[in-house]
Amino acid sequence: MTRLIDVENLTLKFDTDEGRITAVDDVSFSLQAGEVLGLVGESGSGKSVTAKSLMKLNANNAIYSDDTKVTLHLESGPVDIMSLRTSKELQVVRGGAISMIFQEPMASFAPAISIGDQMVEQLMIHTDMTAKRAKEVSIEMLARVGISDAATRFKQFAFELSGGMRQRAMIAMALSTKPKLLIADEPTTALDVTIQAQVIDLMKDLVDDFGMGIIFITHDLGVIAQTADNVAVMYLGRLVEQGPVRDVLRNPSHPYTRGLLDALPDLDDLDTPLRPIPGDIPSPLERPPGCVFNTRCNDAIAGRCNVDIPQFIQINENHRAACHLHAPAGDTK
Amino acid sequence: MSDKPLISTRDLSVHFPLRGGGIFGPKPVVRAVEGVDIDIDKGNFFGLVGESGSGKTTLGRAMLRAAPITRGDIVYDDGEVSYDLPSLGDKELKEYRKRAQLIFQDPYAALSPRMTVRDIIAEPLEVMGLTKSKGETDERVREIAAKCRLNLEHLRRFPHAFSGGQRQRISIARALVSRPQFVVADESVAALDVSIQADVLNLLKEIQQEMGLTFLFISHDLSVVAHVCDHVAVMYLGRLVESAPTRELFAAPRHPYTKALLSAIPSLDPDDRGKAQKLEGEIPSPTNPPPGCKFQTRCPHAIDICRKDEPKLQQSGKEHAVACHRWQELAENGMSA
Repeated sequence: MTRLIDVENLTLKFDTDEGRITAVDDVSFSLQAGEVLGLVGESGSGKSVTAKSLMKLNANNAIYSDDTKVTLHLESGPVDIMSLRTSKELQVVRGGAISMIFQEPMASFAPAISIGDQMVEQLMIHTDMTAKRAKEVSIEMLARVGISDAATRFKQFAFELSGGMRQRAMIAMALSTKPKLLIADEPTTALDVTIQAQVIDLMKDLVDDFGMGIIFITHDLGVIAQTADNVAVMYLGRLVEQGPVRDVLRNPSHPYTRGLLDALPDLDDLDTPLRPIPGDIPSPLERPPGCVFNTRCNDAIAGRCNVDIPQFIQINENHRAACHLHAPAGDTK
Repeated sequence: MSDKPLISTRDLSVHFPLRGGGIFGPKPVVRAVEGVDIDIDKGNFFGLVGESGSGKTTLGRAMLRAAPITRGDIVYDDGEVSYDLPSLGDKELKEYRKRAQLIFQDPYAALSPRMTVRDIIAEPLEVMGLTKSKGETDERVREIAAKCRLNLEHLRRFPHAFSGGQRQRISIARALVSRPQFVVADESVAALDVSIQADVLNLLKEIQQEMGLTFLFISHDLSVVAHVCDHVAVMYLGRLVESAPTRELFAAPRHPYTKALLSAIPSLDPDDRGKAQKLEGEIPSPTNPPPGCKFQTRCPHAIDICRKDEPKLQQSGKEHAVACHRWQELAENGMSA
């Protein structure tokens, strides 16, 4: 497999009225072509912000640390995304090499421009297709994602399509420029389960056909189990566990990952009461010192977990967790 | 559980007329709920599931008289009083609302940002005139707040200072402060994170048992419903398609739609990939429902009769009812949907 993107030491803060808040703290990961990486976390974990950083899509009050490095490997050579400044320069990645699908497809389409015109517009910007060719490609893509009567749908507006249909159109639009990397931010969360199953299947087929890399952001571990090759779990802006999907779900090695799995209602075991993770997610303005999870962790070691930031420890070759419980005492760094 | 249901509906229909339509011919209507018979026993944690557009929210609202009842009956009887909901006058309706309450989905939108938590919880008492003095109100507020794991310090603050889980606990306290008998919880944990959701579910269940409440728990999430509900009803396009005790429904679903819904829940086991049985297509528009069984357009087992006659909800067991022409045949052949 070929390397697609490397993210090193991604640290991102936002200047707000209430102070400077840390949204992402020292996150590093890589993605290969053809790989599906599931990025899991609850609200405020920084998963969407992390993904948007790969296109520098965050708001103007975002401050990236100096050692943040995001490298996209294209056939023409590596692109240092952090060094791209103007929107002209960023066009290489935004909608070009990287496409993004958002959670709410109704909010992602312009309401007063037909689906087709929006698809054609982006193809004209990112490729050298003629308008006629762009229309053909768009209709092909709509048909490819399972939209029947694509030529008619092409002329319709977002409000004329059902939720599942809109999300399919969004996927068609995102893929028509043949991106190397697709970022899907909770693409199935707003959909009903039977439609969710269809969209997940579609996305899997498309990875096989197009060979792109996908970053799949979701809070739903079931969806991750059904789609991802690798998983990265985030909590309050930090990556806490990372590894192949089977290792992480079967042998969760960070107390937070374990807590998330335990909190899920299990259909095979209706007798055990649900086990919530104690407490609430702290406000980003009050990030706990040491391990960010220590305030809710049942196994936290006083004097250690609330003082030192845990480093990643290898559980096996590809699976790692950032937790003091896996490190011999006295070996905190 | 008593023998008599707390609330029951017969042939309940809720239609919403649409604007426009031809001058000739009938005006188009959305048949949000159509011919629903449902009995909710006292003390039951009753689950209502379905996808968007299935009519589950409208049914819940009709039971609170918050949706227009086009046809049919709803009777509420808690042993002390009995109401025939469609014919309630304004005065009786006010009385009914002391006994029937709603918990909303979005704890961010449901709480006024300008009121303290104490005032938010106290408001129903004041509006309904349930307490005689400020002292009594405060006592009731403190009592319910404690049950919902909110402390005195919390009561003085404003909602913006709280997380989603805490806000939902405030909404619950507000709904329960009037000591209702019947509570409709509409997607009450859908907006919460997984780690918080479990906490709120446990709280709802605890309070329901402690206060002997009857809950109508509306949700699209079957695994959540499986964990908290005693009985589950499944809706599709305004109709009730199956109704059974929770364990029975999950162990032996009889309607092809229920089977498909259960199968579509993403499994936590990565080796289950591709095993789920997938439904084709989408839920049809309620303005233009298909003839016959409403599920026939997506059902893998549909035959001629399904396209012509609409199946009635029939008892298929002691407490199990299903609306499908072929359920018996499918169960005998061991055919999984």
